[in-house]
Amino acid sequence: MARKISMKQAINEALDLEMKRDPTVIVMGEDIVGGAGAPGEEDAWGGVLGVTKGLHAKYPGRLLDTPLSESAYIGAAIGAATCGMRPVAELMFLDFSGVCFDQILNQAAKFKYMFGGKAKTPVVIRAMVGAGFRAAAQHSQMLTPVFTHIPGLKVVCPSNAYDAKGLLIQAIRDDDPVIFCEHKNLYGHETDVPAEAYAIPFGEASVVREGKDVTIVSYGLTVQRALEAAEKLAKDRIQAEVIDLRTLSPIDWDTVVESVESTGRLVVVDEANPRCSIATDVAARVAQEAFNALKAAPQMVTAPHAPVPFSPVLEDLYIPTADAIAKAASKIASHAIAA
Amino acid sequence: MSKNPFPLSKDELLKAYRTMRTIREFEERLHVEFAKGDIPGFVHLYAGEEACATGIMMHLTDTDRIASTHRGHGHCIAKGVDVHEMMAEIYGKATGACRGKGGSMHIADLSKGMMGANGILGAGAPLACGAALASKFRGDKGVSVTFFGDGASNQGMVLESMNLAAVWNLPVIFVVENNGYAESTSVDYATAVDSYVDRASGFGLPGVTVDGADFFAVYEAAGEVIRRAREGGGPSLLECKMARFFGHFEGDAQTYKAKDENELNRANRDCIKMFADRVREAGVVTAAELGAIEKEVEALIDDAVAAAKNALPPTPRELTTDVYVSY
Repeated sequence: MARKISMKQAINEALDLEMKRDPTVIVMGEDIVGGAGAPGEEDAWGGVLGVTKGLHAKYPGRLLDTPLSESAYIGAAIGAATCGMRPVAELMFLDFSGVCFDQILNQAAKFKYMFGGKAKTPVVIRAMVGAGFRAAAQHSQMLTPVFTHIPGLKVVCPSNAYDAKGLLIQAIRDDDPVIFCEHKNLYGHETDVPAEAYAIPFGEASVVREGKDVTIVSYGLTVQRALEAAEKLAKDRIQAEVIDLRTLSPIDWDTVVESVESTGRLVVVDEANPRCSIATDVAARVAQEAFNALKAAPQMVTAPHAPVPFSPVLEDLYIPTADAIAKAASKIASHAIAA
Repeated sequence: MSKNPFPLSKDELLKAYRTMRTIREFEERLHVEFAKGDIPGFVHLYAGEEACATGIMMHLTDTDRIASTHRGHGHCIAKGVDVHEMMAEIYGKATGACRGKGGSMHIADLSKGMMGANGILGAGAPLACGAALASKFRGDKGVSVTFFGDGASNQGMVLESMNLAAVWNLPVIFVVENNGYAESTSVDYATAVDSYVDRASGFGLPGVTVDGADFFAVYEAAGEVIRRAREGGGPSLLECKMARFFGHFEGDAQTYKAKDENELNRANRDCIKMFADRVREAGVVTAAELGAIEKEVEALIDDAVAAAKNALPPTPRELTTDVYVSY
């Protein structure tokens, strides 16, 4: 039975259902229970934004608060994964991957290949991504391209509560290491979500709005912005198709290429910085695979090549807006409508 | 035959000798073969340090896990990884332990509890904590051992792991293989404390330093810390002081060493020779028995090298297989 719940609740529910189903699922991270060893309440925080709240009471001993020591506990999660556990490690902010990158880049991502196929590392690293929280340069980055670049990792970034639940369940059941990126500005975003467990397969994009004039491809928070842009464009009689990639590695090239073959126009929206990004990746692939179908040059709407600023005035300029997306789409599609 | 004064049976003593001889023969042979140019990449040899791997691994079973280093051949052999598969891996062949996709620095055999040699110094420490955590959840009484050199002892990952292991009371042993050199840099230069035991106590861990050239000293100290970990007593640090007979890597001219350092070490700090002398002088094992093992090991390594040289490399399709379980 579906109810309207937030993405935060959906993630909590996915963890709950998988912990119930599989005793090898354990969760670790900083303050994921909260107040460990302190004189106050147990389960004081349930994660810095309360995502894991309540799970400690249901699964005592299976949620481990860690020291502020990302290399040690992310590495321990990876080590435990190679030894039969299915750890879900919360990295809090993906920006913190800087201090434990070796364990992700050189350990988890490499074991399967480097050991000749004999290892499997079913670890999930959950982390918040994205700007808009007034959290400045070290707590706001969209580092999805960094991880997408690395063979051996899977990268997921849901745009809504329904997908978040199904993709996290898939991530926990998956036998490869998964970087699960949660946009902090989507935690309160609500959609209909079934109460039961369901898994959304990786590498299957979702066409969230159909249209014939221009294809807008995105993931995460900017899918919502792209949908707003599509509304605006519809008023100008431009029918935009919006594709939510959902997973960046693996990525569903077929859905993207087929859509562009039908619309002839592409706008890629990426909250990451513009160089070597999901935007460049998608634009390049489309140019290679669907060149003859293109009626205009692919457009990229991204954050600027700059760190995330603190001042709200500047930060609001940082994230791709619905207006910027609509403008990019109009630029390549409006003359087609007039014709 | 005299009464056995050692903490191991005669069979166990012979097993220890066979393991140490196998490591030495493996490494000495690689030293020769590498110079011929048939081995790709680089190799880091463990010769001189055999008593450490062997004295520790004698206490472990396949349920126990180890996280090794770039200088991992000795750990692999002592943990029971197949010598033929190891040699083939070092030659980059399809019959290798990792199908030729890992090489010397990444030999692993999870079925033997060998979680992998590691090209990143200190990276094994968090992984061993994870293995120990898994053992704790499973209740299988498994102990994890992470090896690192005096150089990697200064890595943040190692230090963080000591704290994590202490906080979570994990069955992990942190083994510092102190051969005096971080690549070419002296431990006296790069490590600010004189004793790793002092450093361990800073993390609330008991620690002990032993002469890593003395098999029996390693064996007894390892037995104590492993037993404590197995019984739920938590992590410890074990420092083994030893001599690296070769350079950091093959091809290293070792100009940073004293002129006669290698010769003196081979004459006075050879753990295998020290072991052989003791067990023979105690009258527990005969020279003929040791000689038979030497011959047997020599034949094994001969065969492993010949097989590795004759084996086929991976097929081109292997370039992109095994990146993921499913993708």
